[in-house]
Amino acid sequence: MTSSQPIIQTTNITKVYGMGDAQVRALDGVDLEIGENEFVAIMGPSGSGKSTVMNILGCLDRPTSGQYFLAGEDVSQFDKTQLAIIRNERIGFVFQSFNLLARTTALENVLLPTLYNRGEEKEESEYQQKGIAVLESVGLGDRLHHQPHEMSGGQIQRVAIARALINDPVIILADEPTGNLDSKSGAEIMDVLTALHAQGSTIVMVTHEDEIAEYAQRVIRFRDGVIETDKMNGNKGN
Amino acid sequence: MKPKKVITIAWKGLVKNKLRSLLTMLGVIIGVAAVIIMIAISAGAEATIEEEIISLGSNLIFVQANFTRGGPGSEPSSGGLVYDDAFAIADEVNGVAGVVVEQSSSETVKAGSISIDGVSVLGSTEDLPSVRDIEIAQGRYFTQDEIDRKHKVIVLGASLAEELFGDNPPVGQTVTVGTTKFAVIGVFAEKGLVGDVDYDARIYMPITVVFQKFTPSQFARMIGDRVRLIYVEVAEDAEQNDVILQIELLLAKRHDVSLDEPDFSITTQQDIITTQEATTEAFRNLLAWVAAVSLIVGGIGIMNIMMVSVTERTREIGIRQSIGASPNDIRMQFLTEALLLSLVGGLIGIFVGVGGSWLFNITGGMRTVIVPSSILLAFGSSAAVGIFFGYYPANNAAQLDPIEALRHE
Ligand SMILES: Nc1ncnc2c1ncn2[C@@H]1O[C@H](COP(=O)(O)OP(=O)(O)OP(=O)(O)O)[C@@H](O)[C@H]1O
Ligand SMILES: [Mg+2]
Repeated sequence: MTSSQPIIQTTNITKVYGMGDAQVRALDGVDLEIGENEFVAIMGPSGSGKSTVMNILGCLDRPTSGQYFLAGEDVSQFDKTQLAIIRNERIGFVFQSFNLLARTTALENVLLPTLYNRGEEKEESEYQQKGIAVLESVGLGDRLHHQPHEMSGGQIQRVAIARALINDPVIILADEPTGNLDSKSGAEIMDVLTALHAQGSTIVMVTHEDEIAEYAQRVIRFRDGVIETDKMNGNKGN
Repeated sequence: MKPKKVITIAWKGLVKNKLRSLLTMLGVIIGVAAVIIMIAISAGAEATIEEEIISLGSNLIFVQANFTRGGPGSEPSSGGLVYDDAFAIADEVNGVAGVVVEQSSSETVKAGSISIDGVSVLGSTEDLPSVRDIEIAQGRYFTQDEIDRKHKVIVLGASLAEELFGDNPPVGQTVTVGTTKFAVIGVFAEKGLVGDVDYDARIYMPITVVFQKFTPSQFARMIGDRVRLIYVEVAEDAEQNDVILQIELLLAKRHDVSLDEPDFSITTQQDIITTQEATTEAFRNLLAWVAAVSLIVGGIGIMNIMMVSVTERTREIGIRQSIGASPNDIRMQFLTEALLLSLVGGLIGIFVGVGGSWLFNITGGMRTVIVPSSILLAFGSSAAVGIFFGYYPANNAAQLDPIEALRHE
C-alpha cells in the first residue's frame, strides 16, 4: 500500500472459544496487513468473526495462536498491563454502543484516556486545550460540558471518536460505529472518519451496510473466521 | 499512576453516587463514634472512681463486724464490733493516726418553720474530719468530751445548712432532730457526692447520742453500742500490714476468738482500689470489644457495598480498561474509593463521637472524658478497615476481562 512498514500485520491468527464439543473457532487463520493511512471496511455475516478480530487488533483480547505486529511490535503475547498501555497510547477504539461514562461531561469523557497516560505528565490546561480542540474537530465545540443523556446518538458517537483521538493513536478501530444510529447521524459519523482519514489517520471499521462500506478504500469480507475476499473499492482508492 | 490522579478518579466515583457513598460511610461513622464514645465513657467512669477513692481519705483500714458469726438469732454477745473496740484500737495500736466509728439513722429535722423528713443522721467520733477529709466551714466540730458526755450538739452538711437557715448563720441556732433539740456548733464545707452518699445533706453528731436517742430497733437497743464499721487511718510513717496485725491480735484478745475464726474482718483502701480497678478494666475491655465489633461491621458494610458497586459498575470498568486502565489502575481506583469512604466516614465519626461524648456530659446522662489517643486509634483503625475490606472487591474489579466487562448491561 502506501508505506513500507504496515501498521498492522497478523500471521495465521486463530481464536478458539470454549472446549471440547462446545468449541468455537471464531478465527481460523487470519493473515492481514494494513498500511499507514489506509481506510479499511470489514464486512461479513453475523458470527463470522469481525468483532473477534477487531478486539484482537484493539488489544482488548489475545489470539489463541498466531502473531500480531502493531507498528512493528509483536503484541500477541503481551500481558494485561502491557496491553493496557498499548490500548492507551496506540489505539483509538470506537464502539457500536458508544461506551461513554454516564453523568460525565463530553470533555471529561474525552480526557478520560489521559488519566491513564504513563510517562511524563503535561499541564492540566494543556490536556484541557487538547480535549477542546479534538471536540471541535468533530464538530462539538459547543457541547463541551454536555453529558451523554443531553446529546443525540450521533453527537455521543462523535464524542467517542474524539476520545479515541485524544492520545494520537496509530490506528482507529471502529466496530459498527453507525450500527446504533439513523442514516443521517451515520452519514455524519462517516464524514468525520473520512476527514480524519484525509488528515492521515489509519482506520479499520466493521460495518454491515454497503453504503457505509462505500466510504472505505478497501473492503475485507469475513466468513466463518477466515478472510473470504479482500478488495479495493472500485470507485475509491488514491 | 500518580496518587493525585488516583484520588481524583476515586473521588469522582464516590461523588457520582452520593447517597450510596453516604450510606456506606454510615457503618464507619457509627463504628468510629462508638469507639470514641465508649472510651470516653470508660475514662469518665475511671475518673469518677479515682476521685471517689481520693475523697474517701487516704491510708484507710476498714474493720468490719463479721456477721457469719453472731448473726440475728444467735447469742448477741458472741461477736461483732463494739464502740469500745475503737478506743482500744486508738489507745493500744501503734501507728494509728485516727479512728472513726459511724452509726447512722434517718430522722425528721425541724428548724423554725422548716421541716425535712428522712434526713440522714451520722453519729461519729472525734477524728471524722481528718480521717474522711472534710473541712469545717463555720464554727467547730465536737470534742471527745462532748462525745463522752453525750452533748446534744450537731454539725450540719453544707446544703442542709442552707436549706434550713438560708443566708442566716446556723451556728448557735437550735435544730430539732426527731424529738430532741440540738445546738448547731458548726457547718462543714461542701464535699459533694462520694459514691451515692451526699455528704452535704447530712447531720453529724456524737455517736453516743445516736446510740442513746436513735438506735432504731429494740434488738439494736439490746445489743447496745454495737457498731458495724470502724475506720482506722494509718499514720504516714507506719507500716500498714503491721497495724493490721496489731488490730487483729488486739480484737481477737478482746473478743476472745481465735484468729482462724475471727468475728471481724479487715479490708484496706488498697483492696477496694484493686477491686474497683479490676471492675473498670473489665468494663473497659467490654466496651473496647463492642467498639471493635461495630468497626468491623462498618468494614463489612463497605465490603458489601463495594462488591455491589463493582458489579453495578462493570461496564464502567470495561470502558476504563478499553482506553488504557491496567488491572492495577482499576484495583487502585476501587481500593482508594474504599479508603476514602472509610477515612471520610472516620472523620465524620470523630465529630459525632466527640459531639456525642460532650452531649452525654452536659445532659448529665453519663460522665465522659474524651481521650485524644482514642481519636487517633479510631481514625487509624477505620483506615485499616477500609484497606482490608476494600481489597477483595477491588481485586475482583481488577481481574475483570475488558470484553466481558464491556458486554455487561
Ligand atoms: N466469549 C465468547 N465465548 C464463546 N463464543 C464466542 C465468544 N465471543 C464470540 N463467540 C463466537 O465467535 C463467533 C464470532 O463472533 P463475533 O462476535 O466475532 O461475530 P461478528 O462477526 O462480530 O458478528 P456480528 O455481526 O453479529 O457482530 C461467533 O460464533 C460467536 O458466537
Ligand atoms: Mg460483532
